[in-house]
Formats: sequence, C-alpha cells, structure tokens
Amino acid sequence: MGAGTPSPAVRDGLQSAVKRVRVLLLSSLTLLAIAVAPLARADEFASLLSDLANGGFADKEKAVIALGRLGDERAVAVLTALKDGRLIKTPDGRILVSDAVRLTDPISSTAVSGITADEAERIRVNNRLRGAIEGAIGELTLFSSDPAARLAAAQDALRHPSADQPALLEKAIAAEQDAAIRAAMQQSLLASRLVAGSKAEKLAAVRALGDKTDPQIKNLLDQFRAAPDTDGELRQAADAALASIQNRLRLVRLAASLFEGVSLGSVLLLAAIGLAITFGVMGVINMAHGEMIMLGAYAAYVCQQLFRAFLPPGWIDGYLLLAVPVAFMFTAAVGILLERSVIRFLYGRPLETLLATWGVSLILQQAVRSIFGSPNREVANPAWMTGGFDPVGGFTITWNRLTIIVFCLIVLGVLALILNRTSFGLHMRAVTQNRAMASVMGIRSARIDALTFGLGSGIAGMAGVALSQIGNVSPNLGTIYIVDSFLVVVFGGVGNLMGTLVGALSLGIVNKFLEPVAGAILGKIVVLVAIILFIQRRPRGLFALKGRTAEAEA
Amino acid sequence: MLKGIWHAVITAAVIAGAPMAATAQSGGTIKIGVLHSLSGTMAISETTLKDTILMMVDDLNKKGGLLGKKVEAVVVDPASNWPLFAEKARDLLSKEKVAAVFGCWTSVSRKSVLPVFEELNGLLFYPVQYEGEESSKNVFYTGAAPNQQAIPAVEYLMDNEGGAAKRCVLEGTDYVYPRTPNKILEAFLKSKGVAPEDIKINYTPFGHSDWQTEVAAIKSFASAGKKTAVVSTINGDANVPFYKELANAGIKASDIPVVAFSVGEEELAGIDTKNLVGHLAAWNYFQSVKNPTNEAFIKQWHDFIKNPKRVTNDPMEAHYIGFKMWEQAVRQAGTTDVDAVRQAMYGQKVKAPSGFVAVMNTNHHLSKPVMIGEIQANGQFDIVWQTKEAIKADAWSPYLPEDKGKIADWTYPWVCGNCTAPKYTD
Repeated sequence: MGAGTPSPAVRDGLQSAVKRVRVLLLSSLTLLAIAVAPLARADEFASLLSDLANGGFADKEKAVIALGRLGDERAVAVLTALKDGRLIKTPDGRILVSDAVRLTDPISSTAVSGITADEAERIRVNNRLRGAIEGAIGELTLFSSDPAARLAAAQDALRHPSADQPALLEKAIAAEQDAAIRAAMQQSLLASRLVAGSKAEKLAAVRALGDKTDPQIKNLLDQFRAAPDTDGELRQAADAALASIQNRLRLVRLAASLFEGVSLGSVLLLAAIGLAITFGVMGVINMAHGEMIMLGAYAAYVCQQLFRAFLPPGWIDGYLLLAVPVAFMFTAAVGILLERSVIRFLYGRPLETLLATWGVSLILQQAVRSIFGSPNREVANPAWMTGGFDPVGGFTITWNRLTIIVFCLIVLGVLALILNRTSFGLHMRAVTQNRAMASVMGIRSARIDALTFGLGSGIAGMAGVALSQIGNVSPNLGTIYIVDSFLVVVFGGVGNLMGTLVGALSLGIVNKFLEPVAGAILGKIVVLVAIILFIQRRPRGLFALKGRTAEAEA
Repeated sequence: MLKGIWHAVITAAVIAGAPMAATAQSGGTIKIGVLHSLSGTMAISETTLKDTILMMVDDLNKKGGLLGKKVEAVVVDPASNWPLFAEKARDLLSKEKVAAVFGCWTSVSRKSVLPVFEELNGLLFYPVQYEGEESSKNVFYTGAAPNQQAIPAVEYLMDNEGGAAKRCVLEGTDYVYPRTPNKILEAFLKSKGVAPEDIKINYTPFGHSDWQTEVAAIKSFASAGKKTAVVSTINGDANVPFYKELANAGIKASDIPVVAFSVGEEELAGIDTKNLVGHLAAWNYFQSVKNPTNEAFIKQWHDFIKNPKRVTNDPMEAHYIGFKMWEQAVRQAGTTDVDAVRQAMYGQKVKAPSGFVAVMNTNHHLSKPVMIGEIQANGQFDIVWQTKEAIKADAWSPYLPEDKGKIADWTYPWVCGNCTAPKYTD
C-alpha cells in the first residue's frame, strides 16, 4: 500500500460524496432544464408572435407554421384570433387578442385594460396565410379536449396532407375514444400516407380510399395519379379507385340535383301560393303581388333592426319568429286596403285590373325606395340557418334552404286547412264558385273578397320573409319573382292549390336538371317554351277544375 | 302700398327674365347634367353617383364657383330604361345646354347615349369600370379598363401570394360587360399556359336568384386536383343570392377564392359578410385606403349626405376625379366650350383619394392604380395587394387578336379612337 493511498473507509466516504455531488448536480441540472425549457419556449412564442405582427405575408406564414409546430396551447387562441382578424397590435408594440368585450395578452393570458381595440391596428392576413393558419390550428387541436375541435382538425388534415402528418395522426388515433372522430382521422391518415408512405402503405391507402365518396378524396387521388413518382401498379390501383368513386359521385350529383330542384320548387311555391289565391281563386291579375313579397322582406329587415337595437344580442337569432307574423299582418293589411280602394271597382275587367295593379306595384316600389333608400338592405341568416351539412361528401344541404322547404310545406298545409276546414274557407269557396248564390245565402261577399285578398297578400308577405334569407332585400325584389309566380299558377292550373304545389315542384326540378346540361339561360328558355306548348295543349293547366265552376267560367 | 307695387314689379321682372337667363346660359350659372337612374333596377347603384356629383357641385360653389359663375346641376332620371337614356341625354344637351354630363352605369346605357353625344358634340364623364374596346371623342372614361382591373386581379390569383391558382371559373351575368373581359381573360390565361380544360366560363341571366347549381358546379370543378379561383363579373342584384349560397355551401376563401369586379362597399352593405371574409374584389380605390385626400373625401361625403354610416366606393372616386379634372380643364381653357375643354383635359392631373395622382391620357382613359381588397367582417375591404404606380388604361386590349394594331389617341397626328394608321401624315 503506498503512502498516498487513502484508507478504504476514507475512500468509500469520498466516493459516496462524489456520487452524491454528481446526483445533486444532475438533478439540479434537470431541474434547471425543466425550468428553462418553458422559458425558452416562451421566448420563442413571444418572438414568433412579434414576427406575426411585423413581417410581410411570407414572414407571417413562416411564423404561423412555426407556431403550429411549437405545440404551445396558447398558440390556438392567437392563431384563431389572427384568422378572424381579432389579433391587434397596439401603438406601443404589444400584441393582444381582442374579443367582443375585452383585450387579452396572449403571452400571460391576462386581461389588459386601459386601451381599446379601436386604438390598435388589426394584423392583416390573406388567403394563403389563412390556409396555413387552418393547417396549424388543425395540428394543434388534434389533441384538444373539445370533440368538435378534434373532428374539425381531423377533417381539416384531409385538405392539407403533409409528410409529417402520419405520425401525428397515428398518435391521435391511438388516443381517440370517439368512433366518428377516429374514422375521420383514419381517413386523413390514409390520405397523408399517399404523400408520405412506403409503396405497400400507398397501395393499401389507395385501395381503402376507393371505398369513400368524397370529391376531396377524388381530388387527392387525382393528384396522386398525376404525380411523376407514381409507378405503374400504383397508377392502376388509383385508376380503379377513381372509377368507383366517380360512379358513386355521379349518383350523389343526381341526388343533389333533386334536392336543388325541390328547393327551387319550394321557393317558387312560396312565391306563388299567395298569387294562387288572389289570381287563382279570385281571378284578379295582381301585378302588385311581387311587391307584397318585397314588403314582407322589408318587414323581416325592420324586425331584425328592432331586435338589434332594443334586445340583448343573444336574442337576435329569434327575429324571424317575430318577422313571420308581422310580415303576414302588415302585408295582409296593405292587401285589404288595396282591394277596398282599387280592385273592388275593377272586378270582371281583367285588363284594367292588370294596369291598375301594375301602377300600384310601381308606387309601392318607389315608396320603399324613398323610405329605405335604393341600396340593398342586409338581412342576416340567424345562426341556426347559417351553413349546411354534408350527408355524403360532395353534397351540401344548406340549413336556410332546408328551413324554407319545411316552412313552405307548413304554409301550404295551414292554407289547405283554412280553405277546407274553416267557415271562412267555406264562404270563400262559395263566393268564388257562385257569387250571386252565396250572397243569397247571407254571405257578405264584399267582406269575403277583402279578406281573401288580404290572405293572399299576407302569404306573399310571409314568402318575402323566407326569400330574404336567400336573396336580396331591395325595392326590386318583387319584379324577380312575379313572372315565375304567374308561370307556376298558370301551369299548375288556376284555382287549384294542389296544382300550384305540383306545378312549382316540377318546374323547380326540371329547371335544376336542365341547368347543368343546358346552362342557366338556355334552361330557362327551354322551360318557357315547354310551358307555352303545354298550355296550348291544356289551356287550363295541369289540374283543371272540373264540374260546375269550370262550366261557369267557360 | 308703394312697397306692394314694388314687389309686384320686381316679381314680374324676375318672371320675365327667368327663361332668358336659362337659355342664355351666361346669366351667372354653368349648367352640368347628371344622367343617372334614380328609379328602376339600376337605382341601387346610380343614386349614390348622383349624390356624389351634387356634393362636388356644392363644394365648388362654396369655394366661389367656376369662372366667376355658380355651377348648377340639372338632374334627370332615365329610370334604368336604355332608350330613355338617349332621350334624356338629348334633352340635356339641346334644351338645357349643359356644359358637361356626368352619367351612365351600364354599358348598354352608355352605348345608347353615345350617338347623341357624338351628334351634338357633348361631353360625357363615364365613371364605371367597363369592358374597354371603345374611345369616343365625346366621352371621358374615368372607370377602369380591363387592364386596370381584370388582368391584374387574375395575375394576383395566379401569383404565389394570391394562392397560385391553376384553374379558373369565369362566372358572369349575360350581357355586354362580362362577355368582353371574359374573352380578354380567356386569351390572357391561355397566354400564361393555362389549358383550355382548366377554364370554365358560365353565364347566368340578369337578376339570377337560384345559385345552387352554379355553386355546386364550382365546387366540383375545384375538386379536380388543382388550385381553383373564381372570377366573378356577376352584376348587381344577382350578387347577394350568389354570395349567400357560397357562404352557406361552405366555400372558404382559402380554398376557392372569388374575385369580383362589380362588388364594392356599396354592394357589401346589403350582404352579411361574416362568412365571406377573404373573398376578393379588384378596384382602383377602396374606402379603407389610408391617406389625407381619402379622409377628406370620406368626411366631405358624410357631411353632405348627413349619415356617417354611408360608404364610399370606386365609381364615386371616379366621379370625384372626373369632376375635378373637368373643373381644372374649364379653368385652364377659360371657357366651358366643349372642344376647348376637351383639349385642356389631356394631361390633367388630380390627387385622387386612392393616394395616387390620376392622369387623363390622350386615349380619354385614366392612369390609375390597381388594388386587390379582401372582404372583411365589417363590410369593408382590406387591401392585400396594389400596383406600385398608376397603370395606364388600354382602350384596346393587346390580348384580343381583333384589336391588333388599334390605336386610340386624340392628339396630332393620330386624332382617332379606333384606327391603325394616323389621320395626318406629313
């Protein structure tokens, strides 16, 4: 044993001390690392945030992608705000998230006071940037606790397939509990394998995707097929998949055309029901019918403005519920006034009625123009009528159109009830079938005339509320629908509600099947010519009245 | 009693003198005509332009008028009725003897008044973007020609920043204006290497209200694997149902951007824009431009119309430029004589609300900047791209084979609006 050699006891002690120091050092290092990591990330977050605010569109895009990769939960709020135009930059250079009521500092997630959004500058985005933001939010929200966000992210991944997606999606699928979301994720995973996968994976993906029905997938497969690095076998598989998707999409297109036709038909029907009463039942050639629709649309606008001005913001979605009865009552009143002041003097003189009601229509148009001004008025869809859903890929049913179809059927049903089950309906039918006899039976025919005209006008007003949800609210609104309304009533058979229903739906469906083939203009001409020929053969329309009325009119 | 007699005498004198003053025109006022529809379909757009001219006249009179005289605007209503435009134009020129007319919106109405202005040697200021292919001695075109709107817009869409579109749907209303720019755009796209099967042109009737088929067709056209953009020349009232259908069908601007040539701030006021954010429009001016001239212009408009919510738009700015230029030209010529004013118009410069200096060229068209704006949730546009300098309008498009070699130049030696050789040669 040498002189310098320590005793075993000492050596043990030393060793353990060194060990302890090492452990201590290590653990403190880890601690330090743990402490520093978020700090470093926070710095990166802040610096990316300032890139968002200060660079050109290209710099912003880089920052957005980097924010998506950062995996920082706070980035979701920032990116969403940026996309919606709610990310603002204050004059002193701070970047804040603004929502309706307050401003928040995204770095510390605390509310900021002492400054309003108006003083700050909004950070601008363009469409390219919006695409990048959607992709980044998608990657960030794939693991969100909100199922709707996860589903949106899974679907979104389909539109932005990238090479690093498969790994991310596999992880997300493993963690996912909800079957529907998992299916969406699996679909996106297949799509992303087309971009980055082994040949076997690609082949499997192509075959699996061939079972889906979605134009987006067809799009991806098209791209995949056209890519230069796709070899013969893959291309063949892609062709087969594309062919089967194509076949199914064709069927979907047919179903979509049918829905579009029914939807157009329901709009025509709504516009025409009122006329079916004033023209069909009473025989008044009412050129001011379109203006009743227009007044109804303006009633919807006024109701919306009243809700906005006087009621809490949460109630705005209910304005239509008020607009429907208000429009009915208002236009019915205008209709009754019109009947009492002009039309009743012109019964039995159709040409004079035509000219007089046309004059009234011009007066109403210009009156509205003077009160509301000539520009269009904005009537917003309530939230529950905004957007749509895809029953299968490539076929969107929009909520506003679906609502109008249902509304239209309700109106028709209620009207049929009034006509056939109430004493007013009985009187109305009696007066139109034989005025003299009805009077003898004690029915006040003049009063019934006014009420009938009011009913027709009121229904036109309700149609106006519905039409305000899909089109313009302008003084010219009525002129768009007047010709179509007459077409429907004459085609369907004057004086017959069933005829109006069948007429409107068949016109709508024929139009929508012709339009993709012949184009909108030629389609319209073909329909018009067909109706003229039809009227030549059957002058009384689809459902001609039979029996005593028909004889009386003949 | 004596006072009463004096009153009677003065009144009689005034009544007797009034028609004389009106016909003599030198009685102390300069008359200008305003020929915009105040009723009918086009009232929606044209009423605002009438108010713009009244505002400019009001402002000019407050500053002391022109050549020591007051300016008086004679407003007529051609009621969106094309033949009536020609009749009213004839009234303005031959009965009212106006020094200049500010008017028309649709190309049909302009074509209808053109022979009248040429026959009676009048002066028309036409403020709306149009199809080009025209240069009359008697018209100054202050709106955009296709190369000041359509072509830059499509270039932007095909650019990386605009989304690098490779396919294009040209969706238009079926009448004079959309057909010509679409013809030019088709030729332009082909010259940029876009295959014919990647261009889809579709027309719909005026006031088309059911857009389901068209929107579905756009969606399926866009699902062919290439980035697709839509160029819309849809006119007037048909825009609202189109955009509503677009928004509800879930077409997002980041997937399929739609760039419109006939949709400005005024049209957006009638649409709920929350779901349309990111769709585009191309104009030479947007209300959201930030510069002192524009701020003054907007303030002047709000003060005049007494409603701080009213918006300004591109055709209004065109009228602003046109009116200022006419005013300057009259001052320079020292007379309202049409031929003298026309000569003085060439080279007139006006600091425009767009922030650029607009210049009147010898082809009767302006040099103006081109801007691309994105629709925002508040109904305004964010400018995402603009030209670095003002672009000179081409009356004849270099992309159309039938326009080859056509020149519009109303100065020596050309002196013509549509010729391939100068009128005068030495």
